[in-house]
Amino acid sequence: MGATDVLAGLVVPDSKSDFAWRFAILFGMMTGPLVVMLVTGSFPTLQVPGSSVILALGGIIVGFGVTFGGGCTSGQGVCGMARLSSRSLVATITFMIATAATVYVLRHVLGVY
Amino acid sequence: MKLTVAYGIGLLFETGIAISGMANPAKVINFFDVKGFWDPSLAFVMGGALLVTFIGYRAAFGLGAPLLETQFSLPTKSDLDFHLVGGSALFGIGWGIAGFCPGGALPALGTGNWNVLIFVSALVVGIWVVKWLQHVSSRSAPIEA
Repeated sequence: MGATDVLAGLVVPDSKSDFAWRFAILFGMMTGPLVVMLVTGSFPTLQVPGSSVILALGGIIVGFGVTFGGGCTSGQGVCGMARLSSRSLVATITFMIATAATVYVLRHVLGVY
Repeated sequence: MKLTVAYGIGLLFETGIAISGMANPAKVINFFDVKGFWDPSLAFVMGGALLVTFIGYRAAFGLGAPLLETQFSLPTKSDLDFHLVGGSALFGIGWGIAGFCPGGALPALGTGNWNVLIFVSALVVGIWVVKWLQHVSSRSAPIEA
């Protein structure tokens, strides 16, 4: 159960009671930066390197990937690996390599950001 | 009670993400940019989270049953398949393109930044499309499962 699963269960809910606690978690997540602001006086830094088109493209690809792959950084990388799941280890190594390769191509080959 | 705890879990998790910099795409991209401006600090975020989760799971599973549910819900699959590897590779490509992962983008929504809204809307579309495809394929080929 990572961030992907919390969100996916809201996009396509299984049941009404399920929807309620997922929404409560999501609401808690979204108020995280507010707590940071109340304590430190400013929102956490957000520097977005790409354009809106890049963000939309990245968002759709991430949505496809995490749903097919069964989890994201928190689900596979933290929860799954902490259970010593071999599927999560393979998933985490795969997306780490894919992300680094993508950043290399976009920044050093294509110069997108 | 359950909803309050759920709210607290989301809040705690994402306050940590926000403080650590995992919600900042520029920092995430620099973490993966081994060849350029490499910023390895996020490795400590994941390493720290893993350590705490590992210990927390041992403690929780040691109770035998969760406090607010009748049983633990854990993934049961153990086989490595194309969906796992292909999906994870796709996720990595998307993460490299946008710099946001779902756990980083959801709290960032709370800052009211419209770039995050674009990313999360696209993310929701991606999730919905795959769920719909999976739904359609499970109806047309029930034997496959």
